[in-house]
Amino acid sequence: MFDAGNIFKVPILALIGGFLFISMVEAETNISKSTADHSKFKELQQEFKTGSEVTQACLVCHTEAAKQLMKTTHWTWEFNHPVTGEKLGKRNVLNSFCGNVATNEPRCTSCHIGYGWKDMNQASSEALSEYDVDCLVCHDTTRTYSKVATDAGHPQYEDKIINGKKVLPPDLTKIAQHVGKTKRENCGACHFYGGGGDGVKHGDLDSSLVNPPRALDVHMSKDGANMTCATCHNPDAHNVPGSRYATKAVDKDGVDTPANHYKDHTTCESCHNATPHKDNQKLNDHTDKVACQTCHIPEFARGGVATKTWWDWSAAGKLDTNGKPLSIKDEHGHLSYLSTKGDFKYEENVVPSYAWFDGQMSYTLRDAKLDDTKVVAINHFGGSADDPNSRLWPFKVMHGKQPYDTKEKHLLLNHVFGQDDASFWDNFDWAKALKFAAEQSGQSYSGEFGFIETTMHWPITHMVAPKDEALKCDHCHVRGTGRLEGIEGVYLPGRDHFPILSIVGWSSVLLTLFAISLHAIFRIISSSRGEQGHDK
Amino acid sequence: MTNSEKNKTMIFSRFERFWHWTQAILIMFMMFTGFGINGAHHLLSYEMAAIAHRFAAWALMGLWVFATFWMVTTGEWKQFIPTTRKLLEVVRYYSVDMFKPDAVHPYRKTRKLKHNPLQRLGYLGLMLLILPTIWISGLLYLFYNDWPSFGLENLQLSQVAFVHVAAAFAMLVFFIAHVYLAFTAKPIFKNIKAMLNGYEEVYPDDT
Repeated sequence: MFDAGNIFKVPILALIGGFLFISMVEAETNISKSTADHSKFKELQQEFKTGSEVTQACLVCHTEAAKQLMKTTHWTWEFNHPVTGEKLGKRNVLNSFCGNVATNEPRCTSCHIGYGWKDMNQASSEALSEYDVDCLVCHDTTRTYSKVATDAGHPQYEDKIINGKKVLPPDLTKIAQHVGKTKRENCGACHFYGGGGDGVKHGDLDSSLVNPPRALDVHMSKDGANMTCATCHNPDAHNVPGSRYATKAVDKDGVDTPANHYKDHTTCESCHNATPHKDNQKLNDHTDKVACQTCHIPEFARGGVATKTWWDWSAAGKLDTNGKPLSIKDEHGHLSYLSTKGDFKYEENVVPSYAWFDGQMSYTLRDAKLDDTKVVAINHFGGSADDPNSRLWPFKVMHGKQPYDTKEKHLLLNHVFGQDDASFWDNFDWAKALKFAAEQSGQSYSGEFGFIETTMHWPITHMVAPKDEALKCDHCHVRGTGRLEGIEGVYLPGRDHFPILSIVGWSSVLLTLFAISLHAIFRIISSSRGEQGHDK
Repeated sequence: MTNSEKNKTMIFSRFERFWHWTQAILIMFMMFTGFGINGAHHLLSYEMAAIAHRFAAWALMGLWVFATFWMVTTGEWKQFIPTTRKLLEVVRYYSVDMFKPDAVHPYRKTRKLKHNPLQRLGYLGLMLLILPTIWISGLLYLFYNDWPSFGLENLQLSQVAFVHVAAAFAMLVFFIAHVYLAFTAKPIFKNIKAMLNGYEEVYPDDT
């Protein structure tokens, strides 16, 4: 009726039952949330040889997708600034990193959302068709798709031997059958690597954000909100908002939802509202002047990936004794010199610079006259303490030197990449490279060049730290050593004071002390005299 | 007929003494934290100084509500009505006569007229000039973000800060003079004792 065997049977059965239950729950959660399994689609049951073939198949069902994409900045690389009227976008601007896309196309357009854009003189929609839209770079979920760095946006199609190893091309069929929603790594494939390498350009965007710890980014961490880029940069008909050229520096709408009315990308206030500090009204009192990012992103490049802060092109071109290009690293293992690119400085955990920012960027474009007695700002923006549409924002400030026309006083495009006898990276001859770039792009050029120091401001908005890591009062409210030294237009208690008032005030205090000391001394003298008198 | 005999009389009631010393401690604390915020010393972090300064400000405002109620209901506010009677004699006493061994304070202190004319002017100046300036500028400072709703868009924080700091210096000067003068009594601790236990030998009030 009761034997030892039963004592063990019950818990074992319970254990088995438990496992069964858990695996059932797991099986249930494994069911895709999507209503479509692309591996079952007839159109995708074929051997795809090129990216364009995949796109053709995609467009059978997603009939409007390419048309939508071809209207976006991701496709045109053009941006007509709604306020300044400037023609911006990668097709037009110069930056202080690689410089310019024009004349370096197959290298730079490896990050274009199309296949085969090889000439910036031609608009992408003229050069390419709907079938050249690259669906996979954004929708691959297998992490196996990638574009070749030098092939104008195409992925690898043939077997390659790289450093003696055979490298197979991505399996386009498998990738096509596993497309899905855009993840952090999809956007990151281009946006984390801007400027020629991981973390180089932005400082607040690098590969550490694919799977960031909570301390690095509370929003994108799996231990935090696990948000994707699209959670904030909420796309509308494939148009991903969030332009750095014309951004919303101030959000007075407070909490709103994608379904409601935010037109630009969502802001901090869209979820947190403008007075989010529940237990500290004084912190809320800052939000009329200070952007959330200023306190909540205490440093950028915090994920272990360094960002480039100095790039001096004028030093490029030195070769070793054998005439071979040099590659030198600093004590931290970061590149400090490349013959192809010049001198660099990389930094991690960088304290931002701060400035009043109204969100409207304008550029020193290729034909803009510049004052070569000064450091040239590649981009500039409005904003002041009194402007209700400005806030104090954090920036990465990129410094460097880049080529300019010493006679005509404008920046020069640079031709670094190409299979020709002028490209700088192959020939190390500035005169040839600059002449080639000017001729190919139609830029006016006197033929005389020099290098000018430039700065470029990159607003910081990613890598939001946990709230305990936010800046404390004393980071700014301190005399002489605070982060906001030099910020004008506000009286900042603790940083600012009135020197004359202090002199007058402390003088009156000293005078009072002097007067009472004198009074006291007289009292002491007179009372001792009085006592002597009594003694008599 | 006035009685010329001094009697030991309770001149500072229990509440008045509580008010005085609490206010003294809070004002000293506010000067310490306030000049910390101002950057005159770095004994506290800005954050600590600002939090403590705000906290003490609310405590002092609370104390003032009680003190005002007390003044009005007891009629003690009349102690501060200024007078020129004997003012010059008192000034002369503190500046000249005090240094003579046998000089006697010219003011006839009674229970209902416990402050001499110079004290009355000093305290009235404190209560009508320095303190209101500090409080108004301080409250504006505290509610800086609500200025637009008060219709004060054109006010500058630097102006308010200037007035607040200037008044704080005036407060500090008052404080130093007040503390020193408290020790000019004969015997020297007479005023301090009165402020602690409430009693002092004073003339009877005219009946």
